[in-house]
Amino acid sequence: MNKNAKLPETEEGTVLFNVDPIMLKYHYEIDYLHSYAQDSPFFAGLAQKKLLGSHCPACETTYATPRSHCMDCGGATHWTELPQCGRVHTFTTCHFGGEAFLKETPFTLILVEFDGAETLFLSRLLGADPDEVRIGMEVQARFVRNSKFLATDVYFVPA
Amino acid sequence: MRPVYMITGGITKFTKANPEKDFRLMVKEAFDYALADVPGLGREDIDGSVCSYFSDHFTRQLKAGAMVQDYLGLCPKPSRRVEGGGATGGLGFQSAWEAVASGRMECCLAMGFETMSRVNTWKGNEFIALASDTNFDYPVGGFYTGYYAMMVRRHMHEFGTTVEQMAKVAVKNHANALHNPYAQSPARLSVGDVRSSPMVSTPLTILDCCQMSDGAAVAILASEETVKRLGVRPVRVSGLGCGTDAMRMADRPHGKVPLLPHEDEADYAQLKYPGVHSFRGGRSAAAQAYAMAGIRNPAQDLDFVELHDAYTSSEIQTYEDLGLCRYGEGGAFVDAGAPFLANLDYGLDFSGMERFARIPVNPSGGLLACGHPVGATGLMQAVFAFWQLQGSIQKHLGDGTLQLPEPRRGLIHSHAGTGTYITVSILEAE
Ligand SMILES: [Zn+2]
Repeated sequence: MNKNAKLPETEEGTVLFNVDPIMLKYHYEIDYLHSYAQDSPFFAGLAQKKLLGSHCPACETTYATPRSHCMDCGGATHWTELPQCGRVHTFTTCHFGGEAFLKETPFTLILVEFDGAETLFLSRLLGADPDEVRIGMEVQARFVRNSKFLATDVYFVPA
Repeated sequence: MRPVYMITGGITKFTKANPEKDFRLMVKEAFDYALADVPGLGREDIDGSVCSYFSDHFTRQLKAGAMVQDYLGLCPKPSRRVEGGGATGGLGFQSAWEAVASGRMECCLAMGFETMSRVNTWKGNEFIALASDTNFDYPVGGFYTGYYAMMVRRHMHEFGTTVEQMAKVAVKNHANALHNPYAQSPARLSVGDVRSSPMVSTPLTILDCCQMSDGAAVAILASEETVKRLGVRPVRVSGLGCGTDAMRMADRPHGKVPLLPHEDEADYAQLKYPGVHSFRGGRSAAAQAYAMAGIRNPAQDLDFVELHDAYTSSEIQTYEDLGLCRYGEGGAFVDAGAPFLANLDYGLDFSGMERFARIPVNPSGGLLACGHPVGATGLMQAVFAFWQLQGSIQKHLGDGTLQLPEPRRGLIHSHAGTGTYITVSILEAE
């Protein structure tokens, strides 16, 4: 037993953001191991400059954003290559965004519709000023050369 | 199932940042207000609680609901957390209804909060965007205003909706809130003010969007026996519905409109539904709630609506989902003045009212003007609807301007994601 036990102290300070009430400011960061799991072939496809969707053989539905099981019948879908030309279904130009994307603003988001697919695909449109974008406009897929295995490895430009 | 009544409610003032109080104290304030409004109602009458809050990221405190439960002195009674994005409060309200309707509890507290000021606005937007698919949506856009902007762009394309019609919704809700001391951003605005405010995601300006907020709200639901014992003037929860849709709006089908009783298939012969222009979950929730409450024609059978106007655009889209007007008529509904209060001057000229029934929407000011502390929002709507139906707006707001003349039936609508969870609840004066 030691009645004079003392907690060792360090020189590190605390960032006080406010004193009344007391508010601390601290940084928070974490490394995740995010698995694409059953969606992985889509991201592998981007690295090969392929746009992969899902097809349900029972419902004859083609999903432009992949899902390994069908939303209607619950059956397993198989991978199918989508055309690399589509049309703008809708669009917006973002002048603000989540913190992680602020440095990329302004950027234009589009939902792309493809012939032969029942659902849409979210992507970015480059090469068109905000006031040049139209619903129904033809767009062409482009792929980054150094794949990052992100959905942004594919983007679209005016066809 | 047995009848369930709302017997009291309370809210804190919604504000951009309230560092003086943490979530426990904010809920406590709203809870104490609700208890004080019913003489004879005490903590001992509460059999358990449902706690609604959206994001653990905002407080960096997991199991925050357990802390509220003990702070309110409700341990060891039952409690649970309910979470469903923007619809968290509405889901919590319905969960409390279930506890009483099933007979599990005689009296259940629904308590909700969010403290969004603990991170900056753009980090907050990032947290909210994490409530979109993190494989396919978040990394591309990562911004809910962008998603809603794409939805309304398609609504404009399908139906001819205009940005001026959207701006009028902002004018309405901010002006209503001038008479609501709980609201975060009451303001007298013009259409020009809304359009000239900073562009966030084309075509939505910052005044087309609700603000992040700190706040709490509670609603207390009870059985008929409890109502009689306490001698309160209750409001009955007469209808409930909940609908859902695919997380990714890219996955929404393009099919047929599920019709409400007053609609005709011929109305929508050409319409591919819901696409990204409409909220199928909202239509589904409304249809269930109307069937339960016996509502045939919502615009005539309801006296007011408090709906989830996170964006001016989504208020217009929601008029249609709820059947206040037909799909495609939302913009004209605004131009006619149908959702505006009859006794306020908004500085706008209306025309085309012969096509619609007047039904005030968001007399409180809605999310656009009250703020959107996510887990509290759906309960805030319940509290304002309750006070409307009790005829006690003057008492609780210190201003009777927003009190509707003898309303019988009101609707509250809570909405998550790009329409992924949506609740509709009907409240009726007894
Ligand atoms: Zn299928």
